[in-house]
Amino acid sequence: MIRRAGKIIAAALLALGLAGKASATDAGNWEAVVAEARGQTVYFNAWGGSENVNAYIRWAGEEMKARYGVTVVHVKLDDTAKATATVLAEKSAGKDEGGSVDLVWVNGENFAAMKREGLLYAPGWATKLPNWRYVDHENTPTVLTDFTIPTDGLESPWGGAKLVFFYDSARMKASELPDSAADLLEWAAANPGRFSYPQPPDFTGSSFLKQVLIELVDDRAKLQKPVDEKTFATDAAPLFAYLDKLTPLLWRKGKAYPQNYADMKQKLADGELDIFFAFNPAEASSAIANGELPETVRSFVFSGGTLGNTHFVAIPYNATAKAGALLLADFLLSPEAQLRKQDPNIWGDPTVLSPAKLPEADRSGFERLDLGIATLHPDELGPALDEPHPDWMTRIETEWIRRYGAAN
Amino acid sequence: MAQPTRLGGNALLAFVLGLPILAGLAGTILPAFGYLPALGGLRVTLAHFAELAGQPHILRSVLTGLAAGLLTTVAATAVVGTFVAGFAGTPLFARIQHLVSPLLAVPHAAAAFALAFLVAPSGFLLRLISPEVTGFTRPPDWLLPNDPFALTMIAGLIAKEVPFLFLVTLAALPQLAVTRASRLAAALGYGRVAGFAICLWPALYRQIRLPVFAVLVYSVSVVDVAMILGPKLPPTLPVRVTQWAGDDDLGARFLASAGAFLQLGIVVAAMASWIVLERVGKAVLARLTFSGRRFARDGALRAAGALAMSTCTVTIFAGLSVLSIWSVAGLWPFPDALPGSLTPNTWMRTLPQLWAPLGTTVALALSASSLALVFTILLLYRNGIAGGRKNAAGYRLLYLPLLVPEISFVFGLQVLMLSAGLTPGFASVLAVHFVFVLPYVLLSLSAPWRAVDPRFEKIAAGFGKPALEILFTVRLPLLFRACLTALAVGFAVSVSLYLPTLLIGSGRLTTITTEAVALSSGGDRRVIGIYALVQGLLPFLAFLVASLGPQLLFRNRRAMRT
Repeated sequence: MIRRAGKIIAAALLALGLAGKASATDAGNWEAVVAEARGQTVYFNAWGGSENVNAYIRWAGEEMKARYGVTVVHVKLDDTAKATATVLAEKSAGKDEGGSVDLVWVNGENFAAMKREGLLYAPGWATKLPNWRYVDHENTPTVLTDFTIPTDGLESPWGGAKLVFFYDSARMKASELPDSAADLLEWAAANPGRFSYPQPPDFTGSSFLKQVLIELVDDRAKLQKPVDEKTFATDAAPLFAYLDKLTPLLWRKGKAYPQNYADMKQKLADGELDIFFAFNPAEASSAIANGELPETVRSFVFSGGTLGNTHFVAIPYNATAKAGALLLADFLLSPEAQLRKQDPNIWGDPTVLSPAKLPEADRSGFERLDLGIATLHPDELGPALDEPHPDWMTRIETEWIRRYGAAN
Repeated sequence: MAQPTRLGGNALLAFVLGLPILAGLAGTILPAFGYLPALGGLRVTLAHFAELAGQPHILRSVLTGLAAGLLTTVAATAVVGTFVAGFAGTPLFARIQHLVSPLLAVPHAAAAFALAFLVAPSGFLLRLISPEVTGFTRPPDWLLPNDPFALTMIAGLIAKEVPFLFLVTLAALPQLAVTRASRLAAALGYGRVAGFAICLWPALYRQIRLPVFAVLVYSVSVVDVAMILGPKLPPTLPVRVTQWAGDDDLGARFLASAGAFLQLGIVVAAMASWIVLERVGKAVLARLTFSGRRFARDGALRAAGALAMSTCTVTIFAGLSVLSIWSVAGLWPFPDALPGSLTPNTWMRTLPQLWAPLGTTVALALSASSLALVFTILLLYRNGIAGGRKNAAGYRLLYLPLLVPEISFVFGLQVLMLSAGLTPGFASVLAVHFVFVLPYVLLSLSAPWRAVDPRFEKIAAGFGKPALEILFTVRLPLLFRACLTALAVGFAVSVSLYLPTLLIGSGRLTTITTEAVALSSGGDRRVIGIYALVQGLLPFLAFLVASLGPQLLFRNRRAMRT
């Protein structure tokens, strides 16, 4: 009797378990994902500040529609944190299903926040995607740890990023280019008012602070861990000593800052700045193609290395079209989509795939790609410095505002 | 007998419209005091206010915003007042009227960008005279815009608020005996301005008082203009609240809520200061009146009024022209006065993407403003006949969206709508637009409504016409222009709404404005130019209809054309 009852309970539990499984989307069962995705609408929340990025996402949507019958709607954000805020609002309203964000373009701080608050869908889905086999996870550790936080397969890599500087060779000689943060300070002293960085907490601006911090900190290993409050003041002292010297030499003497990297790009074109920087090595090439920058603009990096990271797509825990989101994430990772993304005439964003792992035809596509006149070849980009733990960014931003937030 | 029904109707409206705002406020105030279960906030605490007080330079942020808002309101009211006093009834007035009205259509952010393009060291004005006059081959390192005293921001706000105040003044003027009063004052030897100030200003001000308050609240809590033109170190409080609300660290939401709550307090402080200013103004006017001085030679003052008015107009028009040049510019380096090459590329690339958001924007704006107009007429009709001015208090609550800073309640509203199980979509966004649009429509229409001479209706009633017929054949035709203006104001407000559209629509409803703000974060002036032009064109058309409508409809009735 008892055994029978036990069997019945076990069967019931199994049935429940199976039922649960059948309704949950599993990236491991790809055929089921493709079948389930057909007819779904994926709301892809991604920064919408750049026409070439928007055009690229539009293209991906058209392909998804034609190939898999999945409709992609690009929800254009001015700041990724808005998508995080939406998911948070849904969570606080108890809306654990049928959420309005299906896929979101994230990295670093937003990912850390979403992971910490439990706003992300099932660990491990990213490494189960069919196209994961091409991803360069051996040589690019940043596809597995996003700003020191393990991705745990909660987000799928989408593109590489490397801090690259740009200058107008018509106004500046290549021999004058600074080769480190310390050099940059000397250069600024000789050319006051011609350099600046976006005002933190802008992502690119804060990244500049991190670049300087990495170059000047006594022990870089400290940056891979959360901030130690006891030693923070001494750890960050070289950075702020540097900024104290740099600030009066900045554009507007540090009394105002550019809004973001695109604003810096405009200011280089306007002749207000002589150097600007961005995370996309092809930024200048595509801007030249668009008529935003003169053809004489060129790139440079520090020989000691500059920050490098990866940006990702993630699925919120309450996404409605999970299967469609998985399918889109996989498509964005396909050699075809990655090649198109790296083309500077389209976007110019570096791939996360390893050419060595690709089939012959795809590999030669990447090899033949003309990166544009102002883009450094991947070999010339110099070493990539690891992103510090997100904690550092938060602490440094706070400290920055306290020190320089009322310069007027 | 009719009393209880009327109150019931008002209570219902107050409920329908006041509730979302109050709930939204609750969704902001509770986290300010530490209550936000989703983030583990379950205890009521003042810690977040302590954290707010500990924010670097917070006092300065507060004071800059408050001072800039007050100064903007004083200046805008003074400019409009002086100009109207000096020129009401003159041919110049009629001409300016048609030029200024469309300016209201230009969204704040677009106007701010336009101004920034003009005055920046690498901007158009300096390009025009460089290097020939200035000797600059490279832009000088001047702190402009974003100057520490927020002067550029104030200038931008004045240029945008003057047209709004001017337009509501225009709607109110026909109800005043302008011609008779100015003739009387002139006969007594008063100058134009002094005569107007003594005879007409108090009555006029009573009608435009709420719009003035709306200007005050708006300028004290403005975000987008402050981001573009305002000081950056530190930014004003509303900008900082927006930054905290958008912080990657979700815990900053508590701080943002506390900041939004503080902003509410600042708005109250601004209003209190304004009421004090009103008292002072009243006393000054009384002294002036009793002093018997005529101020007959007010040529300089009138000229200043006209100059200020035309400067606002010219600045925004010039800024927009430069924006439109940018939209077709190839490379345009400093100090070239014009771009080296022109290209339709940006338009070609952007235009196909415009239609869908354009459709959504128009559909939303048209539905929201017409709905609001119908409700406004209904509301005023119920109150107007029996109650007169006294009943105004019954729907004060409707002004809440105007007097409560947007950032103080939209997040809370979002939580509420989700809790109610509403899916983000056209209907829910329309509902929120309605909440924001209705007060402006009510504001634009209620003063002219109350000022219609009741004798017209009494005469009609004397002929035995039923009340509804009187409404449609007498009152509404008399108020035709005011109704169209109210509709256009509502339309413009709906078009310019950013935060509510984005948050309540979960970003799924794309309007020209959400697109424009998203793109403006990318900084490409060419694309910003296109979106700003399209964004401005829509309400511009609405105002064109509002200003031409009466002339077309009443071609055969001369006195009804204005």
